[in-house]
Amino acid sequence: MSFRHLVPFILFVVVVVSLGVGLTLKPKEIPSALINLPVPDFQLPPLEGKTNGLASDNLRTGSVQVVNVFASWCLPCRDEHPFLMQLAKSGRATVNGINYKDKPEKVAKWLAEVGDPFARIGADLEGRVSIDWGVYGVPETFIVDGAGRIRMKYLGPLDNSDRTTAFLECLDTIARGGDQCSK
Amino acid sequence: MFKVKTSRLIRGALLLVILQVALLPGIAQAVAVDPPLDDSALEARAQALFLDLRCLVCQNQSISDSNADLARDLRTIVRERVVAGDTDEEARTFLVDRYGDWVLLQPPLKFTTWLLWFGPLLLLALAAWLGLGVYRRRGRREEKVESLSAEERNQLKSLLNDADDG
Repeated sequence: MSFRHLVPFILFVVVVVSLGVGLTLKPKEIPSALINLPVPDFQLPPLEGKTNGLASDNLRTGSVQVVNVFASWCLPCRDEHPFLMQLAKSGRATVNGINYKDKPEKVAKWLAEVGDPFARIGADLEGRVSIDWGVYGVPETFIVDGAGRIRMKYLGPLDNSDRTTAFLECLDTIARGGDQCSK
Repeated sequence: MFKVKTSRLIRGALLLVILQVALLPGIAQAVAVDPPLDDSALEARAQALFLDLRCLVCQNQSISDSNADLARDLRTIVRERVVAGDTDEEARTFLVDRYGDWVLLQPPLKFTTWLLWFGPLLLLALAAWLGLGVYRRRGRREEKVESLSAEERNQLKSLLNDADDG
């Protein structure tokens, strides 16, 4: 059989492989434009009845920081909450929160109910600071290095998936003083 | 007489339905109305920018078409930028800095989008090249029809002669 007869077959394989790759792509997951850039300049007040708000200065502490954008009305946030509790307890990183467009009394009640893993929480009532962070849905979670540069953005709830494993690996890489995560 | 009237009625109703369907896009757009700027020139610029910007939640809609919360916030931001004296480019850049090129409905022409922009042309060129090849090969095959050998010509002549004699 000559090469010419193989051409249709090769074309077929190329098409099938590219369509297959297309199926694995997730166009809903928009990559962050802020990777390796300093956190945006911001200052958010604390939640009602709390004292620790969140500002850019709190994220340049020399140690690795996690910033989780959450809301009491967001169901996936409830799913990932135990993970955040565990992460805070493990001491692998300081966990901070940006509370996105929430009602003060609702979020206070929610945290009292499920526990509060956050060292600091900034109340983003208007959602404007979250837009500066490039947030387009909750939950989203950022890894910030000691110098205050964003190193990773994780979309959706943290769980037991491979993506979460990659998140934890990145956290450890940054904690060790590395400056690149695979994704 | 009665029959004519009903058919006219039906025709009228049909016309109404068609009109309504035709007007639907206008209705859909009216849902996403928020307070416009006082300056109509600035508002027009903002409206034009809305059409260039992708709603990140719904992805294939512009922020002009979308009712999503985030789309409304982005419209507010664009209006603010325009009022603050930003050029169109500066207002776009403000959002690109936060959301990346994804926020633009028309991807910018750069190295990573080269295939996206020129891929279709490349495919067209490839198809033309393949088509031309097939066309040429076919032409050559027709030319290759060999002329009769001397022996065949004699044979043909005798056959024709036989036919004449018969």
